[in-house]
Amino acid sequence: MTTPSNPVTESLDSPVSAPAAMAHTRPLFWSVRRELWESRSIYLAPLAVAAVYLLGFLISLFWLPRSLRTVATNHSMPPLIELAMPYSHAAMLLMATGLVVGFFYSLEALYSERRERTILFWKSLPVSDLTTVLSKALIPLAVLPLVVFAITVALQLIMRLVSLVALLVTGRDAAAAWTRLPLFQMELGLLYSMIVLALWHAPIYGWLLLVSGWARRGAFLWAVLPPLAIAAVETIAFRTSYVGILLRDRLIGFAASAFDLKDAAGVPIDAHFIPLAQLAPGRFLSSPSLWVGLIVAAALLAAAVRLRRYREPL
Amino acid sequence: MTVVEARGLHKAFGKTIALDGIDLRVDEGHILGLIGPNGAGKSTALNAILGLTQYQGQLRVLGRDPWTERDQLMRDVCFIADVAVLPRWMRVSQALDYVAGVHPRFDRAKAEGFLAKTDILHASKIRELSKGMVTQLHLALVMAIDAKLLVLDEPTLGLDILYRKQFYDSLLNDYFDRSRTIVVTTHQVEDVQHVLTDLMFINRGRIMLDCAMEEFESRYLEVMVHPEKLAAARALKPMHERQMLGRSILLFDLKNRADRQQLAALGEARTPSIADLFVAVMGNHASEAQGAAR
Repeated sequence: MTTPSNPVTESLDSPVSAPAAMAHTRPLFWSVRRELWESRSIYLAPLAVAAVYLLGFLISLFWLPRSLRTVATNHSMPPLIELAMPYSHAAMLLMATGLVVGFFYSLEALYSERRERTILFWKSLPVSDLTTVLSKALIPLAVLPLVVFAITVALQLIMRLVSLVALLVTGRDAAAAWTRLPLFQMELGLLYSMIVLALWHAPIYGWLLLVSGWARRGAFLWAVLPPLAIAAVETIAFRTSYVGILLRDRLIGFAASAFDLKDAAGVPIDAHFIPLAQLAPGRFLSSPSLWVGLIVAAALLAAAVRLRRYREPL
Repeated sequence: MTVVEARGLHKAFGKTIALDGIDLRVDEGHILGLIGPNGAGKSTALNAILGLTQYQGQLRVLGRDPWTERDQLMRDVCFIADVAVLPRWMRVSQALDYVAGVHPRFDRAKAEGFLAKTDILHASKIRELSKGMVTQLHLALVMAIDAKLLVLDEPTLGLDILYRKQFYDSLLNDYFDRSRTIVVTTHQVEDVQHVLTDLMFINRGRIMLDCAMEEFESRYLEVMVHPEKLAAARALKPMHERQMLGRSILLFDLKNRADRQQLAALGEARTPSIADLFVAVMGNHASEAQGAAR
């Protein structure tokens, strides 16, 4: 017998102690891996979008030297924004892809296992409902943002290297304008945005997971129609739109909370390049809206955990 | 040691009563066959044991309440539902990785050993395997788990006779020992006649028969009666009578009537098959059972 501080050797020496040696996080880790095996769109969809975007960017390089010269002479638009635009468009596109994938993933997560009867297999293993639901919630809340971030960074680096080569080949004078692009700052801003989005949208994913565990059919309709219907009824009945405002705030309200949308001089900032000084993490983290959202998300996930115990194949 | 103990197990789906107050006890080292028509409540009973469905009454499995402690219970309990529950998108290697990852009692080398005897490739997706191979894979996964109780719900449904025979052979030769316990439901009763240690008939949520296989063999006798002795045989009150190739076959419960020698003199006597006894027992409740046998 080795020391208890070495669980790996211990489990090899004596199978009896293996259950004790198995860390609690192990089933969670393998459950997340299982999700990645099953839903390969989590990384394939962003990769495909990145590949298509890169192709478009390569074609656009034929115009790049000329447009950079225009940037140097024409000041109708701030040159930095003009330079940053293809990069920020790439980031926005991939972010949107991540949101779409996350939406449909969450709707399927607890639904397909019942439709395909595999829930009987998953439930025959010593994995708790909590671990299962948590592993499925981690995909839109942590895995997808990380995947999208990594792919975006890789894409932007490739774009930068390729355009550097293109400029060196065609016109050296344009290179000066090009080096002004603060890519590192952009990546930091992107990482911040990914975290903000995931935290802000957490209750949406919680709701989608709950519906996917509950609905017997038409999970999409059950997830989308009731909130819209409530908002519509409220507008018709009371001529107010609190629910509608609440829904819109939950979708896009993070922007006003997490970023200073005007600079020190009161000029609105351009979304294509948000300087680090305009990030407002303190205000975001202290906004009641965020914390109410997170509490609601936790409650919805707890309900989904509870519900899964009762669920059987469809 | 008692592995499963149920008292007054009751479960209703709306107005349909699936389990009508069942008492059940399975001891360590036994192989219990749960036999009954469709809709008799077999699967409901198994699901209750596995913590997959809620129930009323008392139920302890390995000393635990399956409904509230399913995940801990599943360290010691294995389950094969039917051939369709392994995820079709999964690769064989992924199934091994995953079970090895989440199950503390899984012996991967053992599972690989079982798989090596089959034609299953590690790189195959489960959707590419035949029905028989999927069952082989599931059995390989389950037999490599050092569990105390194995629950099989129609494990060989839709398989040809070769796979079925192989399934029960591996189960007996490579898995079962006196410290393990198996509960199995199946319609292919002839497959399990020589596998079971205990037999239970269930119909309309109630237990119709509960006996050890040793008792079964000494208690029930089937006689193909000589035509001239038919009246004498009938006088001994058989449980059931059927015709085959123009001869009458009578099934006797030795507990009620006559002794073995007396019956053997009436014709050719032998131990009935489980299927014949099942028909006899269910036939006696035919009027009751009509609704449930759908």
